[in-house]
Amino acid sequence: MLLKLILKNALRHKLRTGLTLTGIVVAILAFGLLQTVVHAWYAGSEGTSSTRLITRNAISLVFSMPLSYQAKIRALPSVNGVAIANWFGGVYVTEKNFFPQFAVQAENYFPLYPEFVVNEAEMKSFLHDRKGALVGRKLAEQYGWKIGDVVPIRGTIWPGTWEFVVRGIYHGIDKKTDEHQFFFHWEYLNETAKLRYPRRANLAGIFIVGLSDASRAAEVSNAIDATFKNSLAETLTETEKAFQLSFVAQTETILIAVQAVSYVVLLIIMAVMANTMAMTVRERLPEYATLKALGFSPGFITALIFGESIALAIIGATIGIALTFPVAQAFGSAMGTLFPIFFVAPQTVMMQAGAALLMGLIAAAVPAWRAATMNIVKGLRSIA
Amino acid sequence: MPLIQIRNLSKAYQRGGQRIAVLSALSLDVEEGEFVGLMGPSGSGKSTLLNLIAGIDKPDAGTLQVGGIDITQLGETDLAHWRGAHIGFIFQFYNLMPVLTALENVELPLMLTHLSRRERRERAEFTLELVGLADRMTHQPAELSGGQQQRVAIARALISDPTLIVADEPTGDLDRVSGGEILDLMARLNQELNKTIVMVTHDPKAAERAHTLRHLEKGVLTDELENSA
Repeated sequence: MLLKLILKNALRHKLRTGLTLTGIVVAILAFGLLQTVVHAWYAGSEGTSSTRLITRNAISLVFSMPLSYQAKIRALPSVNGVAIANWFGGVYVTEKNFFPQFAVQAENYFPLYPEFVVNEAEMKSFLHDRKGALVGRKLAEQYGWKIGDVVPIRGTIWPGTWEFVVRGIYHGIDKKTDEHQFFFHWEYLNETAKLRYPRRANLAGIFIVGLSDASRAAEVSNAIDATFKNSLAETLTETEKAFQLSFVAQTETILIAVQAVSYVVLLIIMAVMANTMAMTVRERLPEYATLKALGFSPGFITALIFGESIALAIIGATIGIALTFPVAQAFGSAMGTLFPIFFVAPQTVMMQAGAALLMGLIAAAVPAWRAATMNIVKGLRSIA
Repeated sequence: MPLIQIRNLSKAYQRGGQRIAVLSALSLDVEEGEFVGLMGPSGSGKSTLLNLIAGIDKPDAGTLQVGGIDITQLGETDLAHWRGAHIGFIFQFYNLMPVLTALENVELPLMLTHLSRRERRERAEFTLELVGLADRMTHQPAELSGGQQQRVAIARALISDPTLIVADEPTGDLDRVSGGEILDLMARLNQELNKTIVMVTHDPKAAERAHTLRHLEKGVLTDELENSA
């Protein structure tokens, strides 16, 4: 009967309950969405491997490194592969079609990235076509590309129109893998550069270094940077995760603001809910006084009030969490390649549920204490 | 020994920094099976006395024994258990839970017992039949008349077979006919089930049903009348 009383009480004032529930649903949904945005921001670093290092020019990413570094890095202990990658930074049709394009040494690059899953025939076709491109599944879906389609990209760092033929479409091994990337052959870039921009040829943007033992990452990083110390292009080597986080760090203030807003939303709805519970309990003081007169303990009254508050929070949170998935999907689609990895993480759902439970508990605390410690005679008098 | 034995009971309230004595060294005995009516003008202390007897308020001084237990010595938790086991309440405004049906309202005090759900339900149905509401069990208070609601309240007061029933203006919110029916029902509880009843009332018609009438004036019992009606 306690449960029945809790549920019936929760649904007693339908308008008030409806409005409070709407508030909780919106707050939980907004919180989940904002947390998903934050998560998406860090997704690049979460999808990294501990067995990969990134070596770049110590001055800036803008500066390149000589190709000869590749062999020297490859010769170091615990290094089982080195690949060159260059950021291309082109535009597909219009500027708003942003997606990352990389010129990569395909034979060396893809063995270091087992999370990019490509069927054998497509990979073979890509490797055999100098102008071939390997694109992510979501990117291909976004622009309707199929195998054999020619994709013209206007270079901004490397001027001119570059035409690529889609030879393969890769799938991510899990949800954390970015399926919005566009890869083509570094050799094609380099050969063209030799003709069009000879001073920019035979240079590597970054080296991706594969490790046979992840625990030796720091040691190998130091060894690489020591090898090129006092050279014309000193290097900075870091784990792939640290490399990705350095991009996130540039926008960290925005992330902190997003996080803060998500918690402020919860605080506001917590205040609204606390007000609802305070009003509810104030109206029902005579009923609680009657229950106490009949012999029910203050603990029973407390359970009734906490139960009602938590019931509201659970109903609101359930709807809010359920709505987070389709809304996040729609939001992710609308954002396109801005958030290449955009999904509601299990920890976000747990945070939503935990926040709702906490809201329910905090909102009921003061009214429950008031009702539990209320003088019975005063409570009964407030009936008139 | 009387069922209720009150000796030198005093109670005062603080209002606006002023101490107002409501009961002054009051003594009273109520025998088992007695139907006592408490009358007096507003502010005379009759409701305060009823609240003290029911264990929902604490005196400042004196002793108050019900069934041999000095309830002034009980702590909050023990007092709550005592009320649940020994006191049946009938309020002026019925004080039913509006979201529960008549049957659930009557069953409510049995939640404090170890009875099974089925036993609780059977006992509640029997008690509602006893007060003539067998056909209103699934109705919520808002769907019942004032008289019917007070019958439900009486059934709730009766269900745990209390030692004592306290009634505060039980007909105060009812018309003459409904009030008469409620008084008839209370008289039956007293006569047929030998329930001891202490009732506060302003209504002379209600007072006629009591065996003994006690008048309070400024916190002091002034006289005792045996009711011949």
